[in-house]
Amino acid sequence: MTNKLSNQRNRLFIFTGLGIALVIAVFLSPFASSDPDGLDRVSQDLEFEDKAIEDAPAKKLPFYALFEEYALRGVPDALATPLAGLAGTVVTFGIAWGTGKLLVRPSVKANNEQGEE
Amino acid sequence: MEQIIQNSVLTPYLALHIPDGFLSPSVSLFCWVITLVLITVSLKKVQKNYQERTVPLMGVCAAFIFAAQMINFPIPGGTSGHLVGGTLAGILLGPWAGTLVVTVVFIVQAVLFQDGGLTVLGANILNMGLLGTFCGYYLYKTIRFTLGRRSWKSMTIATVVSAWCSVMIAAIATALQLALSGTVPLIVSMIAMVSWHVIIGVGEAMITVIAVGFVWRSRQDLIYDSPFSLKLDAEQNFNG
Repeated sequence: MTNKLSNQRNRLFIFTGLGIALVIAVFLSPFASSDPDGLDRVSQDLEFEDKAIEDAPAKKLPFYALFEEYALRGVPDALATPLAGLAGTVVTFGIAWGTGKLLVRPSVKANNEQGEE
Repeated sequence: MEQIIQNSVLTPYLALHIPDGFLSPSVSLFCWVITLVLITVSLKKVQKNYQERTVPLMGVCAAFIFAAQMINFPIPGGTSGHLVGGTLAGILLGPWAGTLVVTVVFIVQAVLFQDGGLTVLGANILNMGLLGTFCGYYLYKTIRFTLGRRSWKSMTIATVVSAWCSVMIAAIATALQLALSGTVPLIVSMIAMVSWHVIIGVGEAMITVIAVGFVWRSRQDLIYDSPFSLKLDAEQNFNG
């Protein structure tokens, strides 16, 4: 019973936390300041911008066909960044969760419940 | 030279995401080694010491840091900055799980969204992540435990100070790496980085304290050094 209650509380916490992250990524991202991204501008001023590799290795990955920086390709401009934010937040959540799930041993209680393990 | 210094003081130097090519191979490699060692230790520590209830917070914390990093907030001078997040992860999850969480964030940014170079990913994880999850965390812990572990006031002070300091440390580390790589002279990069990050750090401190406050009010038991941890009580009694 206590276990059930704590499961419920955990679920509430996850939904709230993930919900807040998604709201930020989807609805606030279009309002992010577009003032110059520092390193780029200083690299221009101090004349070391040429050192940035034009054909960066990340552009050779298949994901480059999907996302051009934080913009999903092939959708209207207004949706490109919110959708990239949505995808990125969900993927980050999933990988971090999965990493924890794989590493952390289940508690004894959970083991008994699952039975087959 | 004077002109360069003047320009750099007046110009933003904010994004800490280093692109490919700004760091020399040896500096980049050095950062990779430190980062990989710390990640390996973290993997082992999490496997050994963490409990299942930490797992949901790992997911939520990673998602929040990713989302928050998309939001550049404007600062005076026509520039912008965004959350770095290492200290936030360290405070909520402890240095070990915190390290894994920020690592995931920077990998996703570099691999999926070309934000930060792949060859310098080690340096980016180190600067924005691990310096926060370790330096930021231990600074926070020292301050909070000195002022009183159970009070929200000491939690706030510890969070604000360590979050601000971790941004400064990250800025200094980035300036050092750029200088060691021969990309830009040390004084120039140091002045530019530090002067802007004094302000950026305020944003970091505010966002971190809001996020920590949310968890403190809703699920105090999930915080790594929970105010009501019996284990910590025992340790403190034993020591003092």
